[in-house]
Amino acid sequence: MPERELTFAQAVREALAEEMRRDTSVCIFGEDVAEAGTPFKVLSGLVEEFGSERVIDTPISEAGFTGIGVGAAMAGLRPVVDIMFGDFLTLTMDQMVNQAAKVHYMSGGRWKVPMVVRTTLGATRRSAAQHSQSLHAWFSHVPGLKVVLPSTPYDAKGLLKTAIRDENPVVFFEDKMMYKLKGPVPADDYTIPFGVADVKREGEDITLVATSSMVQVALGAAILLEKEGISAEVVDPRTTWPLDEKTIIESVKKTSRVIVLDEGYGRYGVASELAAVIAEGAFYDLDAPVRRMGAMHVPIPFSPPLEDVTVPTEESVVEAARQLCGKRQ
Amino acid sequence: MSSTTSNTEAARETTTEKDLWLQAYRQMVRIRLFEEQVNELYTRALMPGLAHLYSGEEAVAVGICETLRLDDYITSTHRGHGHCLAKGASPDRMFAELLGKEAGYCRGKGGSMHIADPATGNLGANAIVGGSVGIATGAAFAAKRLGNGRVAVCFFGEGALGQGSLYEVMNLAQLWKLPVIYVCENNLYNEYTHYTETTAGTILGRAGAFGLEAALVDGQDVRAVYEVATRLVTRARAGNGPAFLQADTYRYSGHHVGDINREYYRSKQEEQHWKSERDPIKLHAGWLIGQGHAEPPSLEKITAEARAEMEAAVKFAVSAPYPSVDQVDQDIYA
Repeated sequence: MPERELTFAQAVREALAEEMRRDTSVCIFGEDVAEAGTPFKVLSGLVEEFGSERVIDTPISEAGFTGIGVGAAMAGLRPVVDIMFGDFLTLTMDQMVNQAAKVHYMSGGRWKVPMVVRTTLGATRRSAAQHSQSLHAWFSHVPGLKVVLPSTPYDAKGLLKTAIRDENPVVFFEDKMMYKLKGPVPADDYTIPFGVADVKREGEDITLVATSSMVQVALGAAILLEKEGISAEVVDPRTTWPLDEKTIIESVKKTSRVIVLDEGYGRYGVASELAAVIAEGAFYDLDAPVRRMGAMHVPIPFSPPLEDVTVPTEESVVEAARQLCGKRQ
Repeated sequence: MSSTTSNTEAARETTTEKDLWLQAYRQMVRIRLFEEQVNELYTRALMPGLAHLYSGEEAVAVGICETLRLDDYITSTHRGHGHCLAKGASPDRMFAELLGKEAGYCRGKGGSMHIADPATGNLGANAIVGGSVGIATGAAFAAKRLGNGRVAVCFFGEGALGQGSLYEVMNLAQLWKLPVIYVCENNLYNEYTHYTETTAGTILGRAGAFGLEAALVDGQDVRAVYEVATRLVTRARAGNGPAFLQADTYRYSGHHVGDINREYYRSKQEEQHWKSERDPIKLHAGWLIGQGHAEPPSLEKITAEARAEMEAAVKFAVSAPYPSVDQVDQDIYA
């Protein structure tokens, strides 16, 4: 029997539907999540199955309904809060950073916030500077939050189920350009633990540590590099917090060269943190400096030729890998 | 027969009412004396951090919390000791928290501005002005979804009227008919600035814009607060939606204990007027005596008992151990 394939969006929807069937305390709220199923149609059909008591349209009030998510989670529900574009997370920052992240610690462990915030990241959709950012580094920076970055339909389903069952606030970033990506997804109930990186491709000469959207870029680059005789290993941390430092460091020790790829801004970002982890953990095994590749340090422009140069591509990764491996074309 | 029954009922009612108002008195006195101890601990440098006293505002917390169930929710503020005590917190564990001790409500990790206690429905005091409006509304959302009959009371000062998230959640609460009461304690000062310099229009008008049931009460009159709170809470519990209560009150001390020289923003005469003419404890004591519910010695006894309770609680907290340093990275994740 051929393996069942789903798109990334279908995998997310299946995880939500299965968790909502399993646990009546799971509910969804956000802007246009019900009949509209969000602009990306990720949630289509859920309100029909679970009703408007559990799939709830809100006003355009991100701070308000995220705060309501925090309180609802403290009082016995498992809300999945939908923030349509990751850029709109800026409107939720007090609720996420000062409230959700700190409730458990500040109360000495007496209250907890089992809430998931689902949102998007990623550029190249021609959506300009306020609908294209990848802001997951901001949340990875804050103790008390967990940050999840699925890169395949399989990971999306398993990680989202883990997120919903987690007792803590989890921010779940979906690459909006990946919603139509297809991949094998088992129909059964499975979860993927947080803090466990996945080696998406094995290789010997260079490690490409890549997150979310950049995993597909890294895999594409690895195929191109193979043709040039460079064997690239692709490691996907899958969660930036908790972070599987061990798998990353072991891979780098094996290959001795590494590029870190993340669609957030490279400066002060996830790529920088991963580079620091590698430098601390594998410095004496490195044959070349750690290379960071992230979004260019500019607001994401609208004009297609401008936007396209702001994010790493298979070609730019290949070029960087050649340099690190001492190969020139 | 019927007249006997009616007399018995009347007697029971009177006793119940008397007990209620004596309990309200006791609670206000406990809060006042708790805060006196806080002031003492702080000025003697035994208490680290900041101390925002609730003295002068006791009738608001007590009038409202006396009408709540133990499992009803509250959220509180940086000026939260009164809310926590009124909802049932125990002074010894509160003082322990204020001193950063392991025995505190938050194991010393929260301090004065973050006391939280699931056992009394206290979702937590909050040091972000307006920071808990979403939490209270969300707890009400959960209560409605779970059908457990709980209500949530969201305490905040009039300074929080400047925060946009309040208006977002009031809109949502009214749309979804959530059992939440927004209690605006108008103590006149946003920190060091009179609220009329920061607040356009009217306070109640803001709630009215969303169609919330809105009421104004004299926050120095514990019986008036209790009466209006009972109406709003009963209404919310019955599924008739949220409400907004403006309680006019006064902060006797500065914004925090270190705010000593206040004449650039308010006069000593103004402070003296509230303390001598509008003190909620004195006003209620006068009423209790006038009604024959109490005599001066019985009220003095209540005060003496509360003082002894607070002194013992402070003693407990001062001698309680600090958390061990290895606790620093515990409780980050559940």
